[in-house]
Amino acid sequence: MKIEEKLYTLHWKHDKQSHIKIVRANVCLDRCGGEWRHPCTTFCPANVYEWDGEKIAVSYENCVECTSCLLGCPYRNIDWKPPRGGFGIEWQHG
Amino acid sequence: MGSGDEFDAIVVGAGPGGVSAALTMARAGLNVVLFERAERPGQKNVMGGVMYGRMLADVAPDTWRDAPIERVVVDERVWLTTPDTAVSLGYKHVPHADFSAPPNAFTVLRVPFDAWFASQAETAGALLVPGTTVEDVIVEQGRVVGVRTGRADGDLRAPLVVIADGANSLLVQRAGLSRPLEPREMALVVKEIVALPAGTIEDRFNLEPGRGATVEVYGSITRGMAGYGFIYTNKESLSVGIGALILHFMKTRITPWDLLEGLKTHPLVAPLLRGGEVLEYLAHAIPEGGVRAMPRLYGDGVLVVGDAAMMVNNLHREGSNLAMAAGRMAGETAIRAKRAGDWSARTLSVYQDLLEASFVLKDLRKYERLPDLAEHHPDLLQIYPALLSEAIHEMLTVDGVSKREKQRRILRRVLAQRPWWRILKDAVDGWRALR
Repeated sequence: MKIEEKLYTLHWKHDKQSHIKIVRANVCLDRCGGEWRHPCTTFCPANVYEWDGEKIAVSYENCVECTSCLLGCPYRNIDWKPPRGGFGIEWQHG
Repeated sequence: MGSGDEFDAIVVGAGPGGVSAALTMARAGLNVVLFERAERPGQKNVMGGVMYGRMLADVAPDTWRDAPIERVVVDERVWLTTPDTAVSLGYKHVPHADFSAPPNAFTVLRVPFDAWFASQAETAGALLVPGTTVEDVIVEQGRVVGVRTGRADGDLRAPLVVIADGANSLLVQRAGLSRPLEPREMALVVKEIVALPAGTIEDRFNLEPGRGATVEVYGSITRGMAGYGFIYTNKESLSVGIGALILHFMKTRITPWDLLEGLKTHPLVAPLLRGGEVLEYLAHAIPEGGVRAMPRLYGDGVLVVGDAAMMVNNLHREGSNLAMAAGRMAGETAIRAKRAGDWSARTLSVYQDLLEASFVLKDLRKYERLPDLAEHHPDLLQIYPALLSEAIHEMLTVDGVSKREKQRRILRRVLAQRPWWRILKDAVDGWRALR
């Protein structure tokens, strides 16, 4: 089962504004690529982060709010906040 | 929103810890507001799925029978796997036929369970405010005096704030109660809810209706990372999941979904899931740092409970029960503070005393060194299950070779892969981490 199919089982209430920001884009480009090869693109269980060759693209609508990226970014370069009240993932089973 | 002395306490987070604290306080007549960022409690909450009756009954002595549980756990198994074998260990018991006493362990799905549990706090008089994210604590002169919510005019003040906002707590950081956590101190777990008819589950796991089984899966399935997999039976679904330290995910570049697929397609797991439909894919962080990664548990006007306080005993897969016990103790501490009219750290330190005297901190202190072992020697989870599996395979294979010769072969093979002094060191390290 592919990650796309797994995410297809989920329900969100999407906010128009993102709750995730990359703090300094140059850190991803200049440092992380060489030192860590962008681990956010592999550990994030919802495939939120993608390297487009220049920067990390953030699909915040996919976020399942596990908070792993708060610790998993080696440079603490991901500013993740809980979505505004009532927005974000809505588990059906838990 | 209101200010002044409308509320005695603000509880942030309607999970097991926050609800237990709110319920305990409300029942004693304190004015409590319980904030939850989901529209309905439970919609943001995930765990493997095993909960414990005793701590639930301590908090909800009259109503625990109404809790929406899935199955009473009567069969607990541990599998040590290699890619195509498992050494299996299990304990099975016949529980009370009736519900005269709470069952020791049972499975739950958190969406229905947490909604029910939060409603108990509401019935006791707590004011539940869902759909509201608490973004910050308000600190004045080193004292927590309230919270800032995401609502317009969203500040609320109260003499006590109970922080129960879960793993990777933002508020613990904002209140200055903790250093930042490290990726070795938190695990990431992914799981799926796989639907199967009740009868199929009972046949496959050899269960009576209403009874359940748990399987913890160690070994090759975590692919060299510190972690484990699990299979828990619900009424009409299985919870199948696997997790490992975030640090190990970073280093190995294994994706969580590949890891989960590896567990699901393991030749011993796949037949249990066959024909099941995946209803939901979930992910959550689990505190793994233990007592050394704990924040300060109390301060002026503030208490911390549950995952926010790193209260997880991962070896025994306990967490929600620690949160419930701690929530109750936080509530009892607040009742004393209310009576004394003093919400300073001096009075609130009773919370720490209660936790120290209970299984919560005693157990977490017992396994203080375990996180180090998990971080630095995840290979032990590969090496020993494989050696054990080989040894048993050798002894069970009837091929005309004498048993004494087989013993010699096993010993030779073990020592070829792990010199005797390393085995001794592993044993000492293991003993020190677990004693």
